[in-house]
Amino acid sequence: MLTKLNSVRLSLIAVMAATFCLAGCQTMKERVLDSSADGQTSVQLRNIQTRSFDTSDKAKTMRTVIATLQDLGFVVDKADLDLGSVSATKLSGYALRITVSVRPNESGKAMIVRANAQYNSTAVTDPKPYQDFFVSLQKSLFLTANNVD
Amino acid sequence: MKKLIAYLAMIGLLAGCAQPIPPEALQFQPDTLANRQLQSRKYDIKSEKELLSASNNVLQDMGFNLDESNMPLGVIVASKSRDATEAGQVAGAIFMAFMFGANAASYDKVQKIRASLVTKPASTNNPIEVDIKTKSGKQIKFEQQVEMPNSYVVRVTFQRLVWNQKGVMTKIEGINDPEIYQEFFDKLSKSVFLQAQNVN
Repeated sequence: MLTKLNSVRLSLIAVMAATFCLAGCQTMKERVLDSSADGQTSVQLRNIQTRSFDTSDKAKTMRTVIATLQDLGFVVDKADLDLGSVSATKLSGYALRITVSVRPNESGKAMIVRANAQYNSTAVTDPKPYQDFFVSLQKSLFLTANNVD
Repeated sequence: MKKLIAYLAMIGLLAGCAQPIPPEALQFQPDTLANRQLQSRKYDIKSEKELLSASNNVLQDMGFNLDESNMPLGVIVASKSRDATEAGQVAGAIFMAFMFGANAASYDKVQKIRASLVTKPASTNNPIEVDIKTKSGKQIKFEQQVEMPNSYVVRVTFQRLVWNQKGVMTKIEGINDPEIYQEFFDKLSKSVFLQAQNVN
């Protein structure tokens, strides 16, 4: 049985939930630029998404990135050796899209690997999935993933 | 009870704002190696280019359209759109429509099938055992694979996206049916053979 008080309380909760959700939503500018993703700065995000590997072989690094993505169940969308970029999508009830870029560092003796991912329609900003990815990658690359400052 | 529903709805709404990524999404799984073997095949052929060209022919034979290619990395990406209706599902939809009205009926109508094919030089069964000391004084041992001349590995992966008759996406999944891969590689074997014989 629903008393009047209960029904008022119920609708209040519903309204609050709705406003909460709206408040959590961002403006178009923020969405296009991802300017305030969870209050993370772009420097923090870059650190989470980037590792350096001690190798001077760009093509081999990229081939290993592609092989790792295939091992993880991704299907390649695009790959470009000159640009040093690979995009791939994993479909498993969800859609996980990742772009990995490989570029040499200033000395040319190490490769900087950066990954950014989106899960369905949200950016992945949590450090854990990126850690998992780099652990998988270093297993295939036989090299240790170093943090980049 | 009503309160509980309201709370659940609230949690549901919030969950909709930030879906967590499944923890296993980017980790190697126990079946990773088995899948790799299922999706890979080694071919003895003069060059990687020839293997890619033979692979492209097979994909075309199967009606795929090329989306993306990068020869230096050995990558071909192709896709095709096909019918997705299955008799059983349509029968189920008719039953649902009969019982609950036309809106309740849903059956798969079209699917997009994607394939990515990657080649790489094959390695021998005798890797070089490396035992070195790093700059930081850490001792590491690993096996350095040796590339085999005139031998390349192809790995192909398929996935599909399915829409129902209302245009709503119903399925997104990887395709892991061993028979599909088996048949694909049989076709590729023939194509590689023809390529070697220079027959078109």
